[in-house]
Amino acid sequence: MLHSPLVKWIGLIGLFLAVALLFLTSLAVGQTAIPLSETWEALTQYDPDNTNHLIIGTSRLSRAVISLVIGINLALAGVFVQALTRNPLAAPDLLGINAGAIFFIVFAITWLEVSSLSGYMWFAFLGAAIAGGTVFFLGSLGRDGLTPIKVILAGVALTALFVSFTQGMLVLDEQSIQTVLFWIAGSVAGRDMDMLMSVMPFLLSALVVSFFMARPMGVFSSGDDVAKGLGQKVGVTKLILGLLVIVLAGGSVAVVGSVGFIGLIVPHMAKSLVGNDYRWILPYSGLLGAAILLSADIVARIIIAPQEVPIGVMTALIGGPFFIYLAKKGVAKK
Amino acid sequence: MKYWTLRLFNDRISIQVSMRWLLTVAGWLAVVGGVFLLSLSAGSNWIPLSEVFKQLTGQIDQHTFVVETLRLPRALLALLVGAALGVAGLILQSLVRNPLASPDIIGITSGASLGAVTFISFGAGVISMQYLPLAAILGGLLAALLIYLISWNKGVTPIRLVLIGVGLSAIMKACVTFMLVMSETATTTKSYIWLTGSIYGASWSDVTSMIWWLLIPIPFLIVFGRGLNVTEIGEDFSVSVGIRVQLQQFIFLMCSVMLAGTAAAFAGGIEFVGLMAPHIARRMVHRSFPGLAVVTALVGAFLVIIADLVARTLFLPLDIPAGVFTAAIGAPFFLYLLFRYRNQ
Repeated sequence: MLHSPLVKWIGLIGLFLAVALLFLTSLAVGQTAIPLSETWEALTQYDPDNTNHLIIGTSRLSRAVISLVIGINLALAGVFVQALTRNPLAAPDLLGINAGAIFFIVFAITWLEVSSLSGYMWFAFLGAAIAGGTVFFLGSLGRDGLTPIKVILAGVALTALFVSFTQGMLVLDEQSIQTVLFWIAGSVAGRDMDMLMSVMPFLLSALVVSFFMARPMGVFSSGDDVAKGLGQKVGVTKLILGLLVIVLAGGSVAVVGSVGFIGLIVPHMAKSLVGNDYRWILPYSGLLGAAILLSADIVARIIIAPQEVPIGVMTALIGGPFFIYLAKKGVAKK
Repeated sequence: MKYWTLRLFNDRISIQVSMRWLLTVAGWLAVVGGVFLLSLSAGSNWIPLSEVFKQLTGQIDQHTFVVETLRLPRALLALLVGAALGVAGLILQSLVRNPLASPDIIGITSGASLGAVTFISFGAGVISMQYLPLAAILGGLLAALLIYLISWNKGVTPIRLVLIGVGLSAIMKACVTFMLVMSETATTTKSYIWLTGSIYGASWSDVTSMIWWLLIPIPFLIVFGRGLNVTEIGEDFSVSVGIRVQLQQFIFLMCSVMLAGTAAAFAGGIEFVGLMAPHIARRMVHRSFPGLAVVTALVGAFLVIIADLVARTLFLPLDIPAGVFTAAIGAPFFLYLLFRYRNQ
């Protein structure tokens, strides 16, 4: 763990540089390898006649930007969910939020014939809110409140419900399988920047609110009673955290589909690096999330080239074992 | 309550039978039989019940194709699948001592799905499709073994088993998605229909081979069944009455997997039946394993056959996978259970 503020600052700058480097690498790596120097040129002095610059400008840049932004979002959504439920095993995807958002998007496409990007986005928010709200409500019933096992079981059941309905709709409408399959699998490839742009205002405002939440979250983490005693309006804190999760996770699903486990892993990594101060956890988590999603995307591109592994599959393959490790370590008992 | 106990082979096998149990079984048999006949008569071509009777008893033969080739094997397969899923769930719930456990929640079904989808994607052209069940059962077994081994830490605690099942299930689902995205559209659609759970296109050979697979775990359940009652009380207690807990847990887990894997192999991911059937059965009869298992099997059979009946008649001429309907009833039921057991 990094103790002194100076070391933490150095670590943060180091992380920032690492993310920048990964971003450039993500532009350079692919079917056509482009030298880093030329990648840099493409960003600074773009030349539309240069094929390499064209590749970067038309396909790789949007991909890298999406990975960067969504990585930050997913990680922060994870921090907020874990803080809200006080549950180290929580993550938006485990709580059924992704499945809920996807169900509503597929429903909007196949039954309501929605085809506008902002339409998808609102349906994603709606689905995220319904799924997250239900799981939170069901998990918090009972004398011992939000226990990890209850929250996870509720999430699993709701996920199964939404997934099975989504599959039912797809069987009825075979044409849309290929169109919506990437949402189910999760992908940053070939995604439109327009989608990101229509979600961006919401994500940015969520990001701004996030950084005002660091202190209240610290107080909140010591328990409802203590937080009340210290003068915090606990209900308001919960509401804001909940809204942040819905916007960050729902917005991410609208752009890249279901990419799981970033929200689970990253808060643990950040906490092991900087301790329990949310003023450090939040920036560290954001950068770590971006770094992980960027690297996952790079690996997904080269591991079985010329084909690609869907990014959601990559993150699940990394995150699943981590979840098992946490469960085995017994964090659930706390 | 009055009941009789049947003891065989030096008390090795004991079965309790009560009046209430007999009545419940008779009632369920009647209900299941009724739905069974209805599902032979319903479909895009409605055949009156009287003619179904005549066809079955051999008095007429004009509906041979529809009733005997299409609907009869499908209805029988639905019954078998439901019964297997129900009993698999019952075993697991007793074993884990958690009313919320079922093969689909702890990841056995995802293992079977992975096995089957791997087979569809890579083996379909090379190996005959009749080995698909084997792939699914192997997948389920491997998943269960992995879950069990990873959860092992001087014994296996129920909560750890469930959590690790959830984690492993996520990994296996990722692999399934990976294969779906990688393969061609035709294979994708095929895998998709399989995954959602459908007994569409069931044939007589499916029915017979499913029966063979089901015959493997049943003797074990008859011999070890009475131990399951004791396991429900608690591990310490089981040890003190002389049960080798870990060995028995292992055998039960394997039986549950065999049943769930076989069901998944023939019907895909029909979810939540393993969860619902034992609960409904427990409300009706005494909590003693062999008797409970019979009622659970009947309830499970009922759930699947009715789900399939609704699924193929509601949106005629479309045939929706039965799994969509079991999830539609099952998931709210699960959430209700979560509410009911909120203080446990």
